[in-house]
Amino acid sequence: MISEKTITDFIYREADLLDTMQWQAWLDLFHPEGRYWMPLEWQQEDPVLQPSLMYEDLLLLKVRVERLSGERTFSQKPKSRCHHLLQAPQIVACDAAAGVFKARTSYIYTETRGDMLERYSGWASHDFVQVGDVLKIKLKRVDLVNFDAPFGNIQLFM
Amino acid sequence: MREAKLAMTKYGSNAQAIAALVREAEVHRDVYIDPEIFELEMEHLFPNSWIYVGHASQLTKPGDFITANIGRQPVLASRHTDGSVHVFYNRCPHKGVKIASEPCGNTGKFFRCPYHAWSFKTDGSLLAIPLKKGYEGTGFAGTQANGGLSKIKNVVVYRDFIFARLSDSGVSFEDYFGESLSTIDNMVDRSPEGKLAVVATPIRYMHTCNWKMLVENQTDTCHPMVAHESSAGTAVKVWKREQGDSTETPMAVQLYGPFMSPYEFYEQSGIRIWPNGHGHTGVANSIHSNYSDVDGYVGQMVAAYGETRAHEILGEVRHNTVYFPNIMVKGAVQILRNFIPIAVDRTLVESWVYRLVGAPDKLYERALMYNRFINAPTSIVGHDDLEMYERAQEGLKSNGNQWVNLRRLYESSEEQDVTAVINGTSERQMRNQFHAWAKFMTMDMDNRVEAAE
Repeated sequence: MISEKTITDFIYREADLLDTMQWQAWLDLFHPEGRYWMPLEWQQEDPVLQPSLMYEDLLLLKVRVERLSGERTFSQKPKSRCHHLLQAPQIVACDAAAGVFKARTSYIYTETRGDMLERYSGWASHDFVQVGDVLKIKLKRVDLVNFDAPFGNIQLFM
Repeated sequence: MREAKLAMTKYGSNAQAIAALVREAEVHRDVYIDPEIFELEMEHLFPNSWIYVGHASQLTKPGDFITANIGRQPVLASRHTDGSVHVFYNRCPHKGVKIASEPCGNTGKFFRCPYHAWSFKTDGSLLAIPLKKGYEGTGFAGTQANGGLSKIKNVVVYRDFIFARLSDSGVSFEDYFGESLSTIDNMVDRSPEGKLAVVATPIRYMHTCNWKMLVENQTDTCHPMVAHESSAGTAVKVWKREQGDSTETPMAVQLYGPFMSPYEFYEQSGIRIWPNGHGHTGVANSIHSNYSDVDGYVGQMVAAYGETRAHEILGEVRHNTVYFPNIMVKGAVQILRNFIPIAVDRTLVESWVYRLVGAPDKLYERALMYNRFINAPTSIVGHDDLEMYERAQEGLKSNGNQWVNLRRLYESSEEQDVTAVINGTSERQMRNQFHAWAKFMTMDMDNRVEAAE
């Protein structure tokens, strides 16, 4: 039975997997048709015909993860690390009968590499689908508060 | 302190010293790392060159405006009531307050300075000042302020692309760009209606490197299979493993894959150089040549242009066209990258996508996808490149060698400011850019290197 706590625990675990760089375990949280989306516009509705920073399916996320450990991935020498500081997720929907599970989480994200450290603030919106007894990510949407600012490299996942 | 002061006078307006930084096939590191050279670029190179300001589709109605930078100069472009496009320095003639601070908007019938309510027509002329009688008998009529917003006189709108030259004198737009405008032509012609539209914001990406490293990279065909092995190479590898019995290559893999083309591919595809530092990769074909057809598009093009002309337009699949000094245009995927200099080691890259008016959505979808794959701060291809630029920005401080080598396929018989098609792995376009760099840096100095045509 999927409860609100199942959703919150999922989101905390996801952040923990990213912070501990367990990339494969993180990918396993996604549904095969899942997407990771970082819009470039305020309250953006269309990921395809409006510009985004990222809109990636599992194939592209796998490419990213595999690239991070590549022998010739020079932008990961030295490696990046990240830290998620999450506010308690707000449950937007938890309706097992309708199969709708959604949450929105406010957070501060830190990405560091070498002597550089960058902080980002935003909201993660999770849209889940139930597969058997567990939840899988159908869509993870990352809205940065300053989505329109010119960032340097963002190499990991928020 | 004394040393710093001496260093600041190293180049000054000394055309000979600046010209000496560019050898036949080498450039001195100071062009990338010396703050004084950067200041001189802002003072001479950018004002003497034709710089991209924006696209007329961003100014459809009277009162529409956009803000931009020419070098480091803040400018403002507006659509006047008579339909004309004007470009101004973005400052109130009163106290210097920026008239517009947003990237774009509509100001209505006039611009109004938010500080003291001086107002200006959309052609820049002074409309009104509150308590105007306070200026009677003060000699105000004879001041520059009375003329309204300082206007940039040399503005050309070419097929909706707005370019401006800050210097009052210099090379004309036609002489400056010449045949290189054929890339913009091709991009516009790819719309069945012969029209492009900007309908969204650009992707912005901050680079901690000199702006010229980005420009050079655009025609550097010996780096993709090396620097992008990590991104494009991994994409190809993961797709081969995961594709199963799928016969259709996803759009994403079609975009990444060609980056891994071998040297031989780039050698035969060629580079074309033009006078004044312009040039493009992908003459015979390019990494954009083998994308899937989009349903209905060719039919639309044939209906609009006729069979022969339509195939001529679509058969011209250039890779990257550098418009000296600081933009790159990709006609085949409707992208323009603007390399905006901020400091000697800081460059803001704005990557714009144009929508082909009247063409299927799928083409716009592909262009947006390409832009976020290659030109975004979240782009793995971008990560590969920026890592190289940052390492170069640091490495060039080394005293072990003061010169950057641009000698690949150099021939002592090379002429300057000519049109030529050459081997696609040549570094000649980089030499071409640096010849133009020395020319436009020094053309308004005494003892300049050579007369501009």
